[in-house]
Amino acid sequence: MSDQERVLTGSHFLLGDHACAEGAMAAGCDLFAGYPITPSTETAERLALRMPAVGAIFLQMEDELASMSALVGASLAGARAMSATSGPGFALMMENIGMAAMMEAPCVVVNIQRGAPSTGLPTLVGQSDMMQCKWGSHGDYEIVAYSPSSPQECFDHVIKAFNTADRWRIPVFVMADELIGHMTERVVIPPADQIPRVERKRPRHKPGDPSFLHCLAEDEDLVPPIVHAGEGYRVNFDSLTHDEKGYPATFPDPHDRLVRRLVNKIRLHTDQIMEYEEIFLDDAELAVIAYGSTARSARRAVNEARKDGIRVGLLRLITVWPFPENKVRELSKQVKAFVVPEVNLGQMSRETERFTSLPVIGVNHAGGVMMAPDPIFDTIREVAKNA
Amino acid sequence: MAGVSVRQPLDRKAVRIPRGQLYIIPERCKGCRFCIDFCPRDVLVETTEMNAKGYHYPVVAEGKEDECIACQFCSILCPEFAIYTEETVEEESVE
Amino acid sequence: MPEILVEAHPIDAVFRTDRLPHIFCPGCGIGPTMHAYAQAILESGIPKDQHACVSGIGCTARVPGYMDVDSYHTTHGRSIPFALAIALVKPEMEVTVFSGDGDLFGIGGNHFIHAARRNVDINVICINNFNYGMTGGQAGPTLPLGAKATTAPYGNTEPPFNLPYLAAACGAVFVARWTALHVRQLKDAILRAMQKKGFTFIEVLSPCPVGFGSPNDIGDAIEEVWLYRERCVVNHDAYLPDLEIDLRRKDVPFVMGNFVDIDKAPFDPLAMMKNKGE
Repeated sequence: MSDQERVLTGSHFLLGDHACAEGAMAAGCDLFAGYPITPSTETAERLALRMPAVGAIFLQMEDELASMSALVGASLAGARAMSATSGPGFALMMENIGMAAMMEAPCVVVNIQRGAPSTGLPTLVGQSDMMQCKWGSHGDYEIVAYSPSSPQECFDHVIKAFNTADRWRIPVFVMADELIGHMTERVVIPPADQIPRVERKRPRHKPGDPSFLHCLAEDEDLVPPIVHAGEGYRVNFDSLTHDEKGYPATFPDPHDRLVRRLVNKIRLHTDQIMEYEEIFLDDAELAVIAYGSTARSARRAVNEARKDGIRVGLLRLITVWPFPENKVRELSKQVKAFVVPEVNLGQMSRETERFTSLPVIGVNHAGGVMMAPDPIFDTIREVAKNA
Repeated sequence: MAGVSVRQPLDRKAVRIPRGQLYIIPERCKGCRFCIDFCPRDVLVETTEMNAKGYHYPVVAEGKEDECIACQFCSILCPEFAIYTEETVEEESVE
Repeated sequence: MPEILVEAHPIDAVFRTDRLPHIFCPGCGIGPTMHAYAQAILESGIPKDQHACVSGIGCTARVPGYMDVDSYHTTHGRSIPFALAIALVKPEMEVTVFSGDGDLFGIGGNHFIHAARRNVDINVICINNFNYGMTGGQAGPTLPLGAKATTAPYGNTEPPFNLPYLAAACGAVFVARWTALHVRQLKDAILRAMQKKGFTFIEVLSPCPVGFGSPNDIGDAIEEVWLYRERCVVNHDAYLPDLEIDLRRKDVPFVMGNFVDIDKAPFDPLAMMKNKGE
């Protein structure tokens, strides 16, 4: 199919959910497997229209368990694969997100977060899946999660997510929220040849080479080359703990070796993956950390506080995971306190506390309405006064 | 019954009953006895020998050395892929 | 001629021999079924490189790990959507799901009925041993009424699934039931399934001496196989609702056969695009 059909180069007035879909199109997503769920459904609907027109596969599965399993299968068959969901569906995906981590199958899941727990607030905003996306599946593993603050970032982050997934062979999440997903704004889509694309690392060995161990990471990045179905390698992919050959090896030593590598391939390379935006942090005495829709309100609050002469800055997370722990440590030598607004009862504020001994003040509510600038502004003023 | 002549197929002389050579992989056997019980010619018995896992693998029974007809049922039924037969080139004609 | 002791088997060509012997109990029916699948791969004329074998979790789910094809040992119950995706991304591949009754019809039942409804081009081989063997013999969704399991110590009170009837009702284009003793018919059925486009289903009644035979006073695997030998009848034209298995009623046979063999367009997510303008 032609790039022109896939990449809608130009300036558009787009819904965040639709921007996620266009990001997938531009990234060359070969297969989408999902299940309708508010407030992410518009992403699926847009892709149902767009993908078949360019010969790509759109699947409405029977549930999110199937969707996530299909993503892993498609990925290991060579496809760029994505799903879109919200909290309840994300919970169902957790089992096979672990499988994607274990089999090192690159894939992307967009989560348009809504109020939770359980069915919660289907049509209203929440940001309470941040810890679920990090720790939701059982066991130790590492993922990457982006947090778009605008429809433009929905588009950009989905492309980043595909590239990060393929580069590191992990599941990658785009943790948007209902406000961003249902917000319509200008989205600029660049020409097809300006869409960055990272290709998967492929084996140097030919099929049939007995010295080839497909789960052996020979390079410094700890990422083994990926083989796809039907290429003649005839290897085993296993959800069980496996050795370098891909064979089940359910013993402590191979288990520690495998899990440590799955974790270290990300933890040792966070500098290459982590992204954030610094606003007014140079001379800040107070740092606000925010992400997603809340980062928009935080920016407004910080601007207002600056007008009042408060030296406050904003650390806007682009990747929530990996969390910029070194940046927090560094800021701890400079600021007097952190303010962390989020539409949950304290998730990333808790993460912030792990890397600083300074006060971390949350600005929280449980969901259903946007985090307005006022409570953030009031907290900044309060903290600045007492600092 | 004496005096009754049994009718025989006209091509009986031309039909050759295949002969089979049995091959056994002792270390794979887990002693389930499928091959012994279901051999249509009752060719096999358990050996008194034991493999490394302690199972008595099958061997050709005494006096049954010419009974295998290479039907390969033991081969495809064996859960361990521990036995197979090959048809041998038949020299002698059938009695 | 006396036997000749050797170290390899001709069928080894389709197995990862560095992983043999397999983990299955003595007399387990998975071995013969694996052999039938391997033989069907050889006879299919489709190169090994184009076969994929996918499983969930359980004893049977260990099979792909022994096959010398692209193999995927996935999570419990989720093999079918995984296989569906491979089949759609690589349509030239012959994708076979090889798993157990608990995996495919307990935890994974929803995926089975939807894949059959879609008529996605995969083969599903189900080893039905009536119980969860890997975890030590718990009641499965096919456990016959009255039969015992560690989680049904007084006898099963839940009616079991009639798998061929279920598969046919969901739209499978080929439905068969054989036992681990009917290896030749089973191999032919698997071969037929490989030749067909669309969703095919083969149930294999299989002895499980530890999980099923022992608590139900059947005895060792060999006794369970004799039970199949004595109670099985072949009837390709059987009325599918009658295929229920009841151990208690000695007058009711276990019906085997190739029950459904029909043609229907296989699932193609792009079918509507291809039909445009006609």
